Amino acid sequence: MSVLVVAAHDGKTVRANVANAVAAATQIGGDVHVLVAGSGAGDAAKEAAAIAGVAKVLQAEDAAYANWMAEDVAALVVKLAPGYGHIVMAADNVGKNLMPRVAALLDVAQVSEAIQIVSPDTFVRPIYAGNAMATVQSTDKIKVVTVRPTNFKAAAGGGSAAIEQIGGAGSAGLSNYVGAEISKSERPELTSAKIVVSGGRGLASGENFKMLETLADKLGAGLGASRAAVDAGYVPNDYQVGQTGKVVAPDLYIAIGISGAIQHLAGMKDSKTIVAINKDEEAPIFQVADYGIVGDLFQIVPELTAAIEKK
Amino acid sequence: MKVLVAVKRVIDYNVKIRVKADKTGVETANVKMSMNPFDEIAVEEAIRMKEKGKATEVIAFSAGPAQCQETIRTALAMGADRGVHVLSDAELQPLAVAKLMKAVVDKEQPGLVIVGKQAIDDDSNQTGQMLAALLGWSQGTFANKLEIGEGVAVKREVDGGLENVMLKLPAVITTDLRLNEPRYASLPNIMKAKKKPIEQLTSEALGVDVAPRLKTLKVEEPPTRKAGIKVKTVAELVEKLKNEAGVI
Repeated sequence: MSVLVVAAHDGKTVRANVANAVAAATQIGGDVHVLVAGSGAGDAAKEAAAIAGVAKVLQAEDAAYANWMAEDVAALVVKLAPGYGHIVMAADNVGKNLMPRVAALLDVAQVSEAIQIVSPDTFVRPIYAGNAMATVQSTDKIKVVTVRPTNFKAAAGGGSAAIEQIGGAGSAGLSNYVGAEISKSERPELTSAKIVVSGGRGLASGENFKMLETLADKLGAGLGASRAAVDAGYVPNDYQVGQTGKVVAPDLYIAIGISGAIQHLAGMKDSKTIVAINKDEEAPIFQVADYGIVGDLFQIVPELTAAIEKK
Repeated sequence: MKVLVAVKRVIDYNVKIRVKADKTGVETANVKMSMNPFDEIAVEEAIRMKEKGKATEVIAFSAGPAQCQETIRTALAMGADRGVHVLSDAELQPLAVAKLMKAVVDKEQPGLVIVGKQAIDDDSNQTGQMLAALLGWSQGTFANKLEIGEGVAVKREVDGGLENVMLKLPAVITTDLRLNEPRYASLPNIMKAKKKPIEQLTSEALGVDVAPRLKTLKVEEPPTRKAGIKVKTVAELVEKLKNEAGVI
């Protein structure tokens, strides 16, 4: 049986995590097809076709898909589903919104945020904010799976799959896209950044995050935050790293003024190297950090920023 | 307009969970249980709608063992009007819960259903979307703000920031953390809640097949990360990052 990977995209480019989802699909086995549904999504379809391991790209053009309303895209995926044994998507906000709707319409379960493919019907997934790992086996004919992108090494480029145009399924007329308030940033996107600088309640104000911005810019890093910092209003919600925010696994994660609540650790403990800067030497963050400095972040961060400048 | 909210009984978010030695699951005996935090936000939002005159009645739904009645009581103490409990000692997975909720929705005909975006035990993040699918309704997931008018305007938390959508009613909403701050139930309201009615149903009576579709083969501890070292100075840290870890 073939595997259908559903690609989130902005029309021009597919999200970086599509290559991770393709990697997961390749592990499942069988031909990998990628669905690019959109309105004027030709460039995104071409990009999907270049991901190694993709046998075919299905491009569905329909005005209804312009903004990825789950109600409309789910109907299309369900129409395609009978030809596939698995439907796979990255567990980002688009995948989390869409895939359970697809699963319910197919009357099958969804495996959420798989981190390992054990066999075509068996998956490992974190539960309890990553404090336990469950191995689950699906008994359904079609397996609907979202995968945590950071756990699958992105498939390479250089492929040249055929792009097949398929028709859209139209709009159900249930929902309308109004607009977005997307944070503009020159910094790398959190989930794909090689280095992430993250701040917590220890920063004490939104104003103080500027200090982290300077450090992040020196390092070419993405900027994140703990839930406490987001709840306190220091930074917008899309900065949040953690079980209910974003899951990141960069080469270097620098946690500044973050105590290390379980919820936060679940979102970053797969990082290659973790640095913690905190004044409380008992802070749980030090239990996962490779390198820790106990001290006043308002002194250490400028010092660190200056030291990196000198390199 | 009636509003239906779903409340799940889960291990309290402050409890450090323990995996059972036989790897069959997580220890729940003698562990403090509470309402799923995202569901508290759902209950709060529904009660605020009623206080603003946008909702006429708030019904709290839960499915699971007899103790789920306590979770429903908590919702009633917060301000919900009555409860519906589907009694089941079987493992209920998201698709089964969505089907049970659909049966209750068919009966109660609410104009809006609000559920937490995910439960902090199985972290599935599925039930709301599945219910919307089964009902053929619109879905407003990860809601940060709701406004009820002709339809419902939902501000959603998405990867790059926020997104605004307009949904036709009836609709299913799933709550994100910043939708509101749930109230604590006052003692007089806790007393009053004891008199509010809870209807008890069963999956058999509702004609819903709740058999699990996913078999849990084992549950294990996650691999632990070893604590590293503490460095004294920034210079030492930079040296280690450069030469030992090789990440800068």
